[in-house]
Amino acid sequence: MSVIRTPGGLSVSYRPRALLVGAGCVVLAVVAAVLAIGSGEYPMAPDEVVRTLIGQGDPADAFIVNELRLPRTVTALLVGAGLGLCGAVFQAVVRNPLGSPDILGFTTGASAGALVVIVLAGGGSAFLAGGAVVGALVTGVLIYALAWKGGLHGFRLVLVGVGMTAILTGVNSYLITRADITDASRAVLWMTGTLDGRGWDDVLPLAIGMAVLVPVVLLGCARALRMMEMGDDAAAALGVRVERTRLALLGAAVLLVALSAAAAGPVAFVALVAPQVVRRLTKSPGPNLLPSLCMGAALLICADLVAQRAFGGHQLPVGVVTGVVGGGYLVWLLATERKAGRI
Amino acid sequence: MSGRTGANGLPGARGRTDTDARTDTTEAGTVMTTATDAKDRVAGDGAAQQDTTAARLTGRNLTLAYDQRTIASELDVAVPHQSFTVVVGPNACGKSTLLRALSRMLKPTRGQVLLDGEDIAGMQAKALARTLGLLPQSSIAPDGITVSDLVARGRYPHQGLLRQWSRDDESVVAESMAATGVDDLGDRFVDELSGGQRQRVWIAMALAQQTPLLLLDEPTTYLDIAHQIEILDLCARLHEEEGRTLVAVLHDLNHAARYATHLIAMRDGRIVARGEPREVVTAELVEEVFGMPCRVIDDPETGTPLVVPAARR
Repeated sequence: MSVIRTPGGLSVSYRPRALLVGAGCVVLAVVAAVLAIGSGEYPMAPDEVVRTLIGQGDPADAFIVNELRLPRTVTALLVGAGLGLCGAVFQAVVRNPLGSPDILGFTTGASAGALVVIVLAGGGSAFLAGGAVVGALVTGVLIYALAWKGGLHGFRLVLVGVGMTAILTGVNSYLITRADITDASRAVLWMTGTLDGRGWDDVLPLAIGMAVLVPVVLLGCARALRMMEMGDDAAAALGVRVERTRLALLGAAVLLVALSAAAAGPVAFVALVAPQVVRRLTKSPGPNLLPSLCMGAALLICADLVAQRAFGGHQLPVGVVTGVVGGGYLVWLLATERKAGRI
Repeated sequence: MSGRTGANGLPGARGRTDTDARTDTTEAGTVMTTATDAKDRVAGDGAAQQDTTAARLTGRNLTLAYDQRTIASELDVAVPHQSFTVVVGPNACGKSTLLRALSRMLKPTRGQVLLDGEDIAGMQAKALARTLGLLPQSSIAPDGITVSDLVARGRYPHQGLLRQWSRDDESVVAESMAATGVDDLGDRFVDELSGGQRQRVWIAMALAQQTPLLLLDEPTTYLDIAHQIEILDLCARLHEEEGRTLVAVLHDLNHAARYATHLIAMRDGRIVARGEPREVVTAELVEEVFGMPCRVIDDPETGTPLVVPAARR
């Protein structure tokens, strides 16, 4: 642990390795973003992209970059960052690497909300996003209420979440069978998680939400969350208002999931994988919130780059890539944990 | 009223006349120690040490329950100032529950816990954590944490967003690790330590919190006999040399009798006896509290009471 101290008695501590991992992810994310912006039916070299981004490119390029491709890239970065952060929060609160919004049912709840809008109201993308937010929040409140028993325990939260996921998956399948064929295919595409055709109005709600929620989590709750790793009693003995902090953190994390799902659909596994990869890279205890945020952004933009480029002219929804990579990672995680005797 | 003594031994009460007045009427003869600074370490207050009712931490008319199940009702308890108080009793007698209530882990259904005359339910969480520490039974060492990182977490109530790691924090952590003999383990991972070492690390963390009062919930459970004695010796040293008030829940009556300066014996949610171990630990009382016939002899090492269970006839 290193520390910066001012003569006035202020001090900020940090872990060089965690900082390095975060910085590495940012560099990776920026490089991948430039490459992603350069790919498509009208390919651009990286230097052209950079020149256009700083306002020195020609007008045709500027239109393609700023209006068509940049929104998609920014969406990828923000969604990845939001999912990475909320995954780290969930896993720390639940004290279990499986405590990610995918498994706890929040993403399935967001899908249910969006499906209701698609099937019953047939609304446009703004309605769909609203439905996702409402779905995730309602699911969050339900899970919290069902798992609450004089306090919240991580294990019960996971079990209730798994049950909720099962119910909602059934609901979602039912809704799809009720939809007509065009609505159903649109719904399935949305549920895979996709960044295709994102515009600035898709980015805006997520950007505003993150501008508020990220400081709440990183500045307001991160240090208390670190204490809560040692158990509720130990944290309370150190002067943490455990229940209040947990409620604030879960609220912020559910909102982040909801807004991310609204922007890009329920992109799978980024929230699960990012904090785990970070933990292995930083080798430091603690929720590793900031590095996880950076890692999430880097993972999703890289996945999008792969989805756009790896299969020739054939683009994949980004959720397919994160699903395959994340699912493989989950299996590996379970296998190693089992070898270590923890499952 | 006579015998009112300030935290630094000066007569005369300061401030909070409201609370103090209530104290006067309900607990006549109580010597309140009113610390103005939470970190005040009260040293050498002769009168307070004599008078076993002198207490900074008291529970009044406590009814304690989990959900609807009442564990204890109408408990009155006082932790004598600068004592090493040990709570004993059979399993499920409510001793850990009492400790949880005293440390605000459990909100009493009725009654209140007072710290320096102030109800702890209304105190600011970090301020309370700078005066009253608790070593819970069920702490989890995060994966891959080193000893010095864990001990450093004890500084949390003294830190803030822009005061994350002061020179004070650094020196207090070093002192705490030296006091518990874990200073040469600083860079080791907590999960690779032995049970006794690990418990010393947790105690070091609680020490780093710098609280004049420290509550320990079964600090010797799951340790072998040598490590149990090591931990209790450590507690006795902290009590004697640093003047901290310790409250521990212990299973072993002989350990309690040997180390405690004040003993509280509980059974079925009631306090059956309290006082110096020599007065409290008698064959009759042990039979009443634990339902076990025994003889009580003098410990040949320390002269404290030693309980010898009766042989099967």
